[in-house]
Amino acid sequence: MPDYAIEARGLVKNFDDFRAVDGIDLTVEQGSIMGILGPNGAGKTTTLRMILGIIEPDAGMCRLLGHERPLSVAHMVGYLPEERGLYPAMKSYDAIAFMGALRGLPLAEGRKRGRELLEEAGLSHAIDKEVRMLSKGMAQTVQLLGTIVHQPQLIILDEPFSGLDALNQQKLEGLIRAQAESGVTVIFSTHVIAHAERLCEDVAIIAGGKVPFAGKVSEARDRLRPQVRLETRSRDGEWRKALPDEAQAEGRYWNFTLPETGVEPLLKALIDGNAGIESLAIERPGLHDAFVAIAGEAAAAQMDQPEGDEA
Amino acid sequence: MSETIRAAWVIARRDFAAIIFSKTFFFFLLGPLFPVALGVAAGGLAGQVQRDIDQPSIAIVMDREEQQLLEIAHKDLSERLGQRALPALTMVAVRSDTQAQIAALLAGEYKDAGKVDAVLSGSLETPILTGPPDAIRSWEGELSLLIDHIATANAGDLTAIDIVEVEQSVGVEQEQQLKTAQAAQTLLFLLTMLLAGMVLSNLVEEKTNKIIEILAAAIPIDAIFLGKLFAMLAMAMIGIAVWASAIFLVLAIFGGGLPELPVPAIGWPLFILLGIIYFSMAYLLLGSLFLGIGSLATTVREVQTLSMPVTMGQVLVFFIAVYSVTKMGEPVEWGAVLFPFSSPFAMLARAAQDGDVLQHIVALAWQVGWAYLIIRMGANIFKRNVMKSGPQTKKSGILAFLGMGKPAKAVK
Repeated sequence: MPDYAIEARGLVKNFDDFRAVDGIDLTVEQGSIMGILGPNGAGKTTTLRMILGIIEPDAGMCRLLGHERPLSVAHMVGYLPEERGLYPAMKSYDAIAFMGALRGLPLAEGRKRGRELLEEAGLSHAIDKEVRMLSKGMAQTVQLLGTIVHQPQLIILDEPFSGLDALNQQKLEGLIRAQAESGVTVIFSTHVIAHAERLCEDVAIIAGGKVPFAGKVSEARDRLRPQVRLETRSRDGEWRKALPDEAQAEGRYWNFTLPETGVEPLLKALIDGNAGIESLAIERPGLHDAFVAIAGEAAAAQMDQPEGDEA
Repeated sequence: MSETIRAAWVIARRDFAAIIFSKTFFFFLLGPLFPVALGVAAGGLAGQVQRDIDQPSIAIVMDREEQQLLEIAHKDLSERLGQRALPALTMVAVRSDTQAQIAALLAGEYKDAGKVDAVLSGSLETPILTGPPDAIRSWEGELSLLIDHIATANAGDLTAIDIVEVEQSVGVEQEQQLKTAQAAQTLLFLLTMLLAGMVLSNLVEEKTNKIIEILAAAIPIDAIFLGKLFAMLAMAMIGIAVWASAIFLVLAIFGGGLPELPVPAIGWPLFILLGIIYFSMAYLLLGSLFLGIGSLATTVREVQTLSMPVTMGQVLVFFIAVYSVTKMGEPVEWGAVLFPFSSPFAMLARAAQDGDVLQHIVALAWQVGWAYLIIRMGANIFKRNVMKSGPQTKKSGILAFLGMGKPAKAVK
């Protein structure tokens, strides 16, 4: 078994004069859930397509499950593209079987599993329906089931949450977790930070065709000092010297980053200076704050913009 | 390679099922039968009309005795020369005013005689033929022969000729096999033109439905092309089988026969087998080109626009083959044999005119090689232009087209 499910080094891709991906390094460990975060147009999809071998990189190398030719391990990989596509005239279970057949699953077995998977997903009424008759969300579920029907070792999902309502998003999260628990490596891209925060241990942040951060979510958060929110009775006094200069007052509240010196000196100064602590909260920063710090305000503003029915 | 074939099979199976089980396929099968049915109906009708018109009739205005002699001679000669070699004779009793009678006969005013082309009057010693110049020129000789037959031989004893039959003279045989070659080429052309053009639009569905992304992530593009091509070939074969059976059924019911063609040089069974194989090759060669061209089109409209120049290209190939068919062994014919797209046509013509079987094996290997190369090229151009894969620089040129360009360098 190779150590990494995905190992990419220095991937570069130009489209005409536009450099979509500019030297991306990415490693994904076996059996982990990896989120790729980035605003639209950051190069997420292009990176995934290079990893999958749909397009060839202009420079750099990539190993998928230890192989340099991604198609040679296609039987062990599942891929849900950003733009969903199924043959409209196919019946749901057959569409699932066809996607499995593409990746080496015998057709009869695929049809059997297709029916089972649809039943498990609560879509037994849609088994014999043609894809064109399905709602958008149902079609998307069918495609997702087609992505995992051949029981791949590695699942790559490009923006899997977009276009799903809250209930189906929850179902999808459950499915991703279940796959990961059975040892499958899952990598998905999203522009909604909350999904990555809930699901992933590892994230890679892509912005402007580069990866400014890749690693544990906790590491990303640790990059920022904890945030302090303090409520005091007294407005002024000697104790204020213990607060950092950039601390912002908001009525009786103070918001600031915990100083390098830590909690103890701060508390001592506050108590000794009779600040009169009404409340004190020291919070670790969320992934969103980390993202802002890493990718910049502009990218972050682009990220959480609601898009149609997306969360 | 085996994975490519496996994947191609998955694609072909899907495509084939999608075509066969669609309602439009019924019309596809039915379509060409309309002209066939129309042709049979019109042919039967025209044949009838032809028979009615063609048999010319000569009115005989002579003594009863002379008329009987003529009738016997007519019967006797018709047996030797064929029913339609001589005009029909209509016996008319002589009236007193012969001149007026002849005029009335020619004007069609004579009740019992019907329409006549010319009138023979007088006696057997001094016959007079009256009629329009065309008719006289046509029948003067035949009528003289008829009268002489009575005068010289008294019916029944024509000179006997000893007959020695030979197989067939080589010159005649070759000339006739040329007919078979031309007929086979025309049929081959008609079928490829009807069927190969359909391949053009074959990747549009995948592209508009974004399915191409799923396919390209799972299997090589070559396999997609290969699978689609063979699915279309299988569909074409079903069509041809249905139409051929329909034609044979019609012929069996309504009689008539296929136009009689001389036996091709390699014999009928092998010739028909080669015909099917060369149709497949023509279909695969042109189809792989069309699939490649069509894959670059983004919309159905573009495909429609492309189909005319593509058809013209086929006509051009056909012309090359037709031109070369009479020039066996000459450089132009060799050119048609070697040029991949005209090769199946030219080789089928060879099968009709040349008994050598080995050359077909070589030609098929040549054509299969080209079909493979064209599929590879099409797939690579598709990858480059549609999937936006590979380096966008133009440097790599034709080698990259053939998939032999250098891969991106690995960075350690």
